[in-house]
Parts: sequence; structure tokens; C-alpha cells
Amino acid sequence: MQMGKQTDFFERHLAAGARIVDFGGWDMPLHYGSQLDEHHAVRNGAGVFDVSHMTVVDVAGADSRNWLRRLLANDVGRLSSPGKGLYSCMLNPAGGVIDDLIVYRRRGSGYRVIVNAATRDTDLEWMQATAADFDVAINERSDLAMLAVQGPAAREKVAPLLPEGLGKEALQLGTFESLDHDDVFVARTGYTGEDGWEILLEPAAARKLWDALIAAGVQPCGLGARDTLRLEAGLNLYGQDMDTQTSPLVSNLGWTVCWEPGDRDFIGRKALEEQREKELSHRLVGLVLEDRGVIRTGQRVVTDAGDGRVTSGGFSPTLECSIALARVPADAGEHCEVEIRSNLKPARVVRPPFVKQGQRQV
Amino acid sequence: MSEVPDSCMYTKDHEWLRLEDDGSVTIGVTDHAQEALGELVFVETPEAGAAFGVGDACAVVESVKAASDIYCPVAGEVTEANAALVDKPELVNSSPYDDGWVFRLRPENAKAIDELMDAEAYNRFLAELED
Repeated sequence: MQMGKQTDFFERHLAAGARIVDFGGWDMPLHYGSQLDEHHAVRNGAGVFDVSHMTVVDVAGADSRNWLRRLLANDVGRLSSPGKGLYSCMLNPAGGVIDDLIVYRRRGSGYRVIVNAATRDTDLEWMQATAADFDVAINERSDLAMLAVQGPAAREKVAPLLPEGLGKEALQLGTFESLDHDDVFVARTGYTGEDGWEILLEPAAARKLWDALIAAGVQPCGLGARDTLRLEAGLNLYGQDMDTQTSPLVSNLGWTVCWEPGDRDFIGRKALEEQREKELSHRLVGLVLEDRGVIRTGQRVVTDAGDGRVTSGGFSPTLECSIALARVPADAGEHCEVEIRSNLKPARVVRPPFVKQGQRQV
Repeated sequence: MSEVPDSCMYTKDHEWLRLEDDGSVTIGVTDHAQEALGELVFVETPEAGAAFGVGDACAVVESVKAASDIYCPVAGEVTEANAALVDKPELVNSSPYDDGWVFRLRPENAKAIDELMDAEAYNRFLAELED
């Protein structure tokens, strides 16, 4: 028997033949028969993911911007107009990553923040604690369902099915831009390395959209495919590739830290500046296995500069070989070995992403 | 319900064995095992000529989820491995008892096979696991 929380799509997952697993306290689909087919559907066509377990937080109040500029390592001051969004880490004072998230600027003074499901409680506590001196209201939107429709054909398939005839407007969105009409929110974002939208809706409209997408031939996709897609795209998974013990600078996320202007005192800034002044001891890199086998999370990486550790390993359905993200000594060279089941197997150190918009990058 | 052919014998590690006419045994993983493993992406088979004792790890199946050892169900010498699995590990998923066989062994003692579970006993074993 399953005992976790269920999204508005749970019955539909079962009807579509999903194998259900626990994910951060939620009963979520792992796959609907073939994780590999689902992966390829997103790379070559369109797939839909139920991501309603993710936590949506609306921020309102006069100090919203000021508070987010304090809370986040990336700078919402860069969001030059309503609708624009960006990816950021939320750090603790030591520079460790509490969570990674996407924040969108809304009309007026508001923002919408989408954080991970597994970190919901600590995220909300941290937000409340840091907001004490600011005029902001933090409102979790557990009333909204969320679908991610991803793949090269995703937007054209979804556009005619969006409520209120929003398709035309949605097709105008640039990357990381969103539209926001009453209870319909569409953003050109995702976590698969493909084009597509993330859509927030009230549950009845969301279920209707799901049914229409399935009828239109969009492949339902589970967490299994989501993981291989994000790994190929070189996108970090919170809790594996980074956590409170690692800073963005050793997580291949230095690009998400906005240092300018220098007087923006975001939480964790001082610690990151100290790290930056010293040589960084480690970095997060990509690995491509040059032998048969599968790299798994946690395995030891042997480099000419010392040992490292695989943070996310698996099989790449697109490249048809094993790939991984690994934290290795900063001076590690181009070649290394991964200890797979007591055997050292050769791997190449690369710069993620491995796959971008369907194309091999490494 | 997973498929459990009467023509095979079974282990608690969800391997099947089939005694061939030439006295060798063919070994693979059961339908239940392939379903639990998920889609296979890599199979490491033993070399012909390699000798294994009962319970020795002799092959590895890796799925999209995890790696899993195959333990040698009876002592003997490997005569052949399924070369088709190099390029098509998914045969273990689609045809666990036929095209997805893993390796063949010449058993030291053919009687050892009789001590394993027959189809009826394995079905009971599976039913107990689900309780």
C-alpha cells in the first residue's frame, strides 16, 4: 500500500500504468512502462511530467524585491520586467546550498518562487526566518497543480490546449519568461535540457489539460526519465550534487552567483568571497565512461590529483553510455578512473552539459 | 503475475536454470527479477572456461536503476555466455527465459539442480514475498 501524499493526477498515473514510488513523501510515478522510451520521447518529441509535488511560494509586499535580493545568491534585480525569471541558489551563511529554485517576477511588486519538494519544510522555515525584518507576505500555493511539458515538439502540442486561448501569447515567451493570467501561469522553463513549458493551474483545469495532452499523443513521463534527462543536461539534483555542505562554487553553479553590485549583501556572500579568494579545492565535473558498465552515485573517482566522488551517476539513453557528475580535486586532469564494483574503469572528464536540445555536447 | 515456466528450476535469488540435452545448464534471471530490476542497460557475462562455486558472483546486470549480481546457482565451469546481450541487454526484459539467457554452465554435479525450487515451489516463494 502507498502511504504518501498524492497529487491531483494520482488516479491518472495509475490509469496510465505508472509504477509509483515515494519521492520526498509523495507517491509519484517512476515510469509508465519504459523509462527509456519516456526519455527518448522528450528528446525527440514531447513528454509531460507531473511536478505538482514541487513547492510554489508567492511573495508579496513592498519589500519583496529587497528581501529576495538578500535571500538569493542570484539577483532578482536583473529581472528587468514582469514575467522574467531566473535560476538561483538559496544559501546559508556558510555559503552552503539550502535549495535551488526558480524565481519569476510578477506584475506589481510580487514574485513567484518554485522550490524542491523534498526541501519544502526547511525552505519555508528559512524564508520565514529571514523575512522577519521585511514587509513581505510568503504564501505557499499548494492549491495549484503543476505540469512540465518538455521536448522539441512540446510547445506546439500544448499551445492549442491551453485554457483561455493563451497559446498564442505563450508561444511568444522567451527562455525563462512567464505569463501570468489569473490562475494560469506558463513559463518557458524546465529541467530536461529541452525546450518546453512549466504550467501552473488550478486542479480541475490541470486535469483537463493532462487529459488533452495524453489524447494529443504527448508521452507521460516519470521521475526516472526526469533524472536521466536532467543528468544529460548537466543540471544538478539537490541533495545529490549539492547540499548545505557544498557551495555553488564547487557545484558548477558559480555562474548563478551574482557578485555585482558589490554592496548587495546576500546571505552567504561573505563565505563565498572567502572561498573565492583561496583556491577552490574541488569542482563538479562531468564524466563519460570509456568502458562498458554503469557509473553509480557514490562511487570513488581516482584522478591524478587525488580521489573524488560521483554525485550522480547513471546510463545516458541518448549517448548510450554511462555518464556522471562528480566532485573531484580542482587540479584533476582530463582522464580519471571510476571504481565500479571493485574495478577501476577509465573515464573522461568533461564540462557538462552532455546533451543539449537533443545534440551530443561531449 | 510473473511468468514461471515449468521447464526450469529456480533459486531464492530469482535465477532460473534449465537442464539441456547435452547435460549443461542454461542460467538466467526470472521474469519477476527483470520486472523488479527495471530496464536493463548493461549485462556483464562470465568468460567461457571460468569456474565458479555455488553462490559466487559470476555476472552483473545493470538496469536504469541499479546494479545487481547474479550468483552462481550450482558449481561448475562456464561453457558459453549470451553474446547477444552485449548489444541488446533489453533481451533480459523482453524474453527472460529464452533470448535473454545469460550463460551456460557444465555442472560439477548434475544432481545439485534437483535441490533447487521447481516452478510450483518458486511460485509459492513469490507469493510469500508479496505477503
